[in-house]
Amino acid sequence: MALLNWWQPLRKMLIAPAVLGRNGVLGMNARNRLYISRYNNRAFYPLVDNKLKTKRLAEQFDIPVPELIDVIESQHQVADLQRYLQLLNSFVIKPSKGSGGKGILVLQGRDGDHWIKSSGALVSLQEIQRHVSNILAGLYSLGGTPDVAIIEHCIQFDQSLVGFSHEGVPDIRVIVCRGYPVMAMTRLATHSSDGKANLHQGAVGVGISLLTGKAIFGVMQGQRVKIHPDTGEDLARLQIPHWQTVLELAARCYDVTGLGYLGTDVVIDAERGPMLLELNARPGLAIQMANGQGLLPRLRKIDQLSHAEIRKPVAERVRLSQQWFAD
Amino acid sequence: MIKRNLPYALLVLVLLAAGIGQILHRHWVFDVPLLPGESQSIWSVEAKLEFTAHGEPVRVRLATPDSQPGFMVLRDSGASPGYGLNFIQGEHSAAEWTKRSAEGRQVLFYRVDLLESDAHDLMTEKAPPIMQASWPEPYASAVAQVVKEAYSTSADHFSLTRELLKAFEAEPKAQHVQLLVSQYHDKLPGLLVNMLNMAGVPARVVYGLRLQDGRRQQLLEPYIRVWQGQSSQVFDVPLQQRNPALFDPDAPLLLWEQRGDPVIDVTGADNSQLRFSMIRKEESAFASVANRLSDQHELLNFSIHSLPVEEQAMFKTILLIPIGALVVCLLRVLVGIKTSGTFMPVLIALAFIQTSLITGLVGFLVVVATGLVIRSYLSRLNLLLVARISAVIITVIAIIGLFSVAAYKFGLTEGLKITFFPMIILSWTIERMSILWEEEGPREVVKQGGGSLLTAVLAFWAMNNPLIQHLTFNFIGVQLVVLALVLILGTYTGYRLLELRRFVDMETR
Ligand SMILES: Nc1ncnc2c1ncn2[C@@H]1O[C@H](COP(=O)(O)OP(=O)(O)O)[C@@H](O)[C@H]1O
Ligand SMILES: [Mg+2]
Repeated sequence: MALLNWWQPLRKMLIAPAVLGRNGVLGMNARNRLYISRYNNRAFYPLVDNKLKTKRLAEQFDIPVPELIDVIESQHQVADLQRYLQLLNSFVIKPSKGSGGKGILVLQGRDGDHWIKSSGALVSLQEIQRHVSNILAGLYSLGGTPDVAIIEHCIQFDQSLVGFSHEGVPDIRVIVCRGYPVMAMTRLATHSSDGKANLHQGAVGVGISLLTGKAIFGVMQGQRVKIHPDTGEDLARLQIPHWQTVLELAARCYDVTGLGYLGTDVVIDAERGPMLLELNARPGLAIQMANGQGLLPRLRKIDQLSHAEIRKPVAERVRLSQQWFAD
Repeated sequence: MIKRNLPYALLVLVLLAAGIGQILHRHWVFDVPLLPGESQSIWSVEAKLEFTAHGEPVRVRLATPDSQPGFMVLRDSGASPGYGLNFIQGEHSAAEWTKRSAEGRQVLFYRVDLLESDAHDLMTEKAPPIMQASWPEPYASAVAQVVKEAYSTSADHFSLTRELLKAFEAEPKAQHVQLLVSQYHDKLPGLLVNMLNMAGVPARVVYGLRLQDGRRQQLLEPYIRVWQGQSSQVFDVPLQQRNPALFDPDAPLLLWEQRGDPVIDVTGADNSQLRFSMIRKEESAFASVANRLSDQHELLNFSIHSLPVEEQAMFKTILLIPIGALVVCLLRVLVGIKTSGTFMPVLIALAFIQTSLITGLVGFLVVVATGLVIRSYLSRLNLLLVARISAVIITVIAIIGLFSVAAYKFGLTEGLKITFFPMIILSWTIERMSILWEEEGPREVVKQGGGSLLTAVLAFWAMNNPLIQHLTFNFIGVQLVVLALVLILGTYTGYRLLELRRFVDMETR
């Protein structure tokens, strides 16, 4: 009896491993060992861990990416930053080897000598210089290695998503296993995520149906949400435009990088349509919560595919994925 | 799948079998106990004798310890490439090295194994003759007064000695004692012996070591042996310069030389220096006797114990690191705790072993917190990263220095132990935490910092456990078992404990 009483409050806090297993939830250990280290060849990691390389690679294969404005590689360029930024109104500065939204500065407008962050806060040239010099020193890069800063065009996101994302560009994360899209979600920026759509920074994650591109439901900081916390928009009404193109773009990244377990970040520009923002060789697990579904059953299906099926054309793979993973 | 895993499974099995086999072999054949309690402690003390030779014949004589209260001498040996070595038994036991011609810096080793036992008395030795010393004024009258006071409040030789020592230990000191201390502070043992002689008490300066496990580079310290008729006692000399953080007054005292003979005598060379390393190990009483009888199984008995004591003392700590790594593996793979820097907690835990847990925790938190405050100022200066971390390192050293001095002034000698923390680790911790703070807010700092500290405390707890220390040091096989466990953990693909919490909502759909 006493044992039962002790178990009750714990049940609310913890889920039984058996239940997780039944729901096919992919855990960190399984992800690392069964998918990342099995399907991702270490030699290809630099292609995705370095955003500059990803961008160049994508351009080679005609995959649309946000336009590169400049690359800042050394401290003396930092002193000269004024010259680079003179004519720019809106742009994004990010560390080439950053991750999780760290070190990304999204500037959407200009007010005299200052630039305006998406939240409305003003940023001076000096602050930008300091930020860039931190990036170069490796403050935001994996393992603290020296880095370069990328200046790229700021995306103006598609009209149909206005209201769903607050002060920042929403991005769409598609997990692609061996060239087949297996699960998707969109991440909506919030005031607290400061212009970036990274869940760690406080963005809302919304699961997206592979078949229709429609919302399933949302999570924020691990909790389920129905409406966007800043705009109050009903998340259930969300529909990603150009959905088929988004999926095909994501699936093509496999052919380009050779990485068999990949997280692709796609943004939708108002004029140029879906674009590849970055690639991830170690995509997070939160996508399962946003979909209310585990990844494992879908991944196991992909595990069993033959080599011939893996080499099918992109459109065919996307069609099969949508058919298999419709719910 | 199975084919691919076969070599792996085989490897794990071989490691486990070899590890467990080695443990059992050592247990059964050499009688090394599996639990620390079932055994007697054996101290290995190693003297390292260095000197500079100039191409002349060299003769070095080192007094060797005899059995005494607390210790029984089991065996001794010397290492001395190119030297002739003679052990002189009997009354004035010693080791004597000789060489026709030596040039440059020379190093000789002497090692003795001592069983902790109370079966022996001090070597009987006739009381030395009384010698009359004289002092210039005003010291002579100060000496006379101190001796007179001690004499009047005592009954026999031993209580007279205690009274005399008390006068030197008292705080504040009487004026005439202060006078003597300031004049003779570096010749205090000799002064005390002379004062005792003046009161008609035979006494001598003898040299000994306090045995503390794993200490290296120790020097002999003077003690005073006092006679009353046939019996004699040994007294500590007051006002010795000692690092209170390192010195344990309750550690067992080994008198290296009990009679007052010179400890070393070097002819044909100069610049001699004598230092000691010591380590404690456990052996069953039977094994130690067996060991004493024969040393021919050395080859089979492959263990760290065949290394010089100084290296053994180092290995004792090094062999614990795999245990810390195992704890980190467990916590990360099975629990999913986030730490800042994968194996940093192990290094912190190592520091905790030196400082003791509470002192270590408090010191660590205080230094890191102060460091964070200073670092937040540095971050406003807009420095380059390398310069900033260097600045943090320097401030950390300053903080540690400040705290040590403050702690010492307030009599908190525990506080001195903070110097055991590796500075670079502290600085990196501060740097990472402050970036984390700026980037993800204080919550993440508490989460990762707390995770690191929790891991460090658990690793400390495991590494400081007497049973685990006993096992890792006495059974090399434990390392293989740990390796096998780590390999097994590396293939675990189940859920982590914290994931059960993270995915708690996954049920409801
Ligand atoms: N060019 C851009 N224009 C607008 N917003 C951007 C741009 N680049 C990045 N962002 C914002 O920052 C977030 C993270 O960017 P991303 O390139 O994926 O870096 P990370 O590897 O840190 O996740 C995006 O989700 C997006 O909201
Ligand atoms: Mg991203």
